[in-house]
Amino acid sequence: MNKLSEPPIGELAFGYPTVSATDLIAGYRKMVIGRRLDQQATNLAKQGYLTVYPSSRGQEACQVSAALALGPTDWLFPTYRDTVAIITHGVDPVEALTMLRGDWHCGFNPLGVRTAPHSTPLATHASHAVGLAMAARHTGQNAVALVLCGEGSTSEGDFHEALNLSAVFDVPVVFLVQHNGYAISVPSHKQCRAESIADKALGYGMSGVSVDGNNFAETFSAVRNAVESARCGDGPTLIEARTYRMAPHTNSDDPSLYRDPAEAQAWQDKDPIVQLQTSLIARGLLDDAMDESIALEANELSAELRKGVMATPEKDASRLFSNVYATLPPHVLQQQQAIALQETYS
Amino acid sequence: MTTLALQKPASITMVGALNTALRDALAEDERVVIFGEDVGTLGGVFRVTSKLAAEFGEARCFDTPIAESGILGMSIGMTAYGLRPVVEMQFDAFSYPSFEQMISHLAKMRNRTQGHWTTPVVVRIPYGGGIGAVEHHSDSSEAYAAHTPGLTVVTPATVEDAYGLLRHAITSEDPVLFYEPKRLYWDTADITLPIEVPPIGKAIVRREGAEATLITYGPTLKVCMEAAEAAAADGYDIGVVDLRSLNPFDEDTVAEELMQTGRGIVVHEASGFGGFGAEIAARLSERCFEYLEAPIQRVTGLDIPYPPPHLEHNHLPSVQRIIDALAKVF
Repeated sequence: MNKLSEPPIGELAFGYPTVSATDLIAGYRKMVIGRRLDQQATNLAKQGYLTVYPSSRGQEACQVSAALALGPTDWLFPTYRDTVAIITHGVDPVEALTMLRGDWHCGFNPLGVRTAPHSTPLATHASHAVGLAMAARHTGQNAVALVLCGEGSTSEGDFHEALNLSAVFDVPVVFLVQHNGYAISVPSHKQCRAESIADKALGYGMSGVSVDGNNFAETFSAVRNAVESARCGDGPTLIEARTYRMAPHTNSDDPSLYRDPAEAQAWQDKDPIVQLQTSLIARGLLDDAMDESIALEANELSAELRKGVMATPEKDASRLFSNVYATLPPHVLQQQQAIALQETYS
Repeated sequence: MTTLALQKPASITMVGALNTALRDALAEDERVVIFGEDVGTLGGVFRVTSKLAAEFGEARCFDTPIAESGILGMSIGMTAYGLRPVVEMQFDAFSYPSFEQMISHLAKMRNRTQGHWTTPVVVRIPYGGGIGAVEHHSDSSEAYAAHTPGLTVVTPATVEDAYGLLRHAITSEDPVLFYEPKRLYWDTADITLPIEVPPIGKAIVRREGAEATLITYGPTLKVCMEAAEAAAADGYDIGVVDLRSLNPFDEDTVAEELMQTGRGIVVHEASGFGGFGAEIAARLSERCFEYLEAPIQRVTGLDIPYPPPHLEHNHLPSVQRIIDALAKVF
């Protein structure tokens, strides 16, 4: 939380409260750790230990803001590109990568860590967040749901339905669109003609803001404001965070086929971590010793992640039939028994 | 005197039985919530949710914007807090926008999350034709759901089952696609509710028969009963099995009948090609081949888009088409 006793740091964004030194340092630390784990995951994918990895690189300010703005009873609804947000929200990094390692679809207990499984179908998780927030209110629980998606998702019908439903039912949901320039290869100008994704909010009768998604202070301030506003009963908010996907879509993508290297280089100069680091140093909030200590922690976590992912995954075929139904229908039970027999004789 | 009056069965429609099932579920379990298009103030276009919003309040039964995918998506999210949503898709063909939510999320959440997050949602879908409706109001889409692992697919053919199976569906721990045959909505039965019926997954032999078995469900049970009656007049002893649920499929009950009669005909209103009847015929041929006197026949809707109302009688399985199929197996 913002500590009022400390001097306010960071640009005032849209009249939102400024961000405390404590929050800026916490954000920086999580962004550095996130970047390191993201790089490790990319390495693991290239080495074949993950089936694929869609990198969060360049979007750390958005993803860390999302996770840090949430309170202990709040929910995160991530997509496949949001591993940094998922880990920052408290999910074990190996469990966060279970789906990408390929031994199960979701490696964590969503109800335990208040994090929905990564949504691979675009925008379909947004209405889940709306329903969850309604149910929380219905049962008297304090919970805000934060939905992450990219600008590509905003073209989906499910995005529209979810935003409209959230406004109609006035539920505590925050939609954070990471406008990262590309939906795989398609640039955002081919995705949407609106000047800003945030403009769409007007049509739903909700608040909409657009922030510099590479500026942690501005993004965090806006997301926290939206979360707390939702918690107070002031309804949903749509936030556009303008950022850039610095990495390929996944490790198997080739961005040279669709984007100018000069463009990527220009965004390299706006790296959210470097920007925050420069700002913190200039304000005397970060010195070499602190920076080294954060880097060391990031390296240790990265080594742990590597070890965890490379540990032999569970490949028990009997799990195929677990949790398909509460009670397996007879025809599925027959298949389960047949496979069990094959294993016995093999 | 009072006791006798209370015990006297009242005439109730299928719509009334479904409405009572929902009312009883709302009263018994505070986790049950009902929502969809026009289900609140109006009580649904078929009045299945009539007066529920007034009786239980807007928090328990409410109208939504017209957004079938969003309706199903919200219901999935609600289960995280233990609610048991019962949602209505206004008409079969209007449920299609929710297809992705049904296939990719509703059916898979338990499996994806290794049992941590389960989705006991009931999706009520008025389906089928025979009511003289214009296009997009008469589809039979149950085979899509039955094809999807993780879903339970139920369809009542009697007023009793409309009440009893819906109650079972709402207490099921699995997501249930509950297909309500529109053309039976106004059928009546003299029964007293609540009524207990066999569980989901149990077929019922509606008519015993020694020489051939008609296998059916939902909207075509009545035409099968009529065909069996007509055949009886010609001296044939034909039985009828009502599946009641497509998934789980009660293969044991059907096999038991077929092994006695040696002749089977599957009857359903949905188009036959790639349909649920093909699954029944294949499974029973594998299991009872040596007992069969003839190949299992299918009498189904034609493999065409659902026709306009003045032509729909050509599409729907009729007594004559069932008799023609019987003629092939004797």
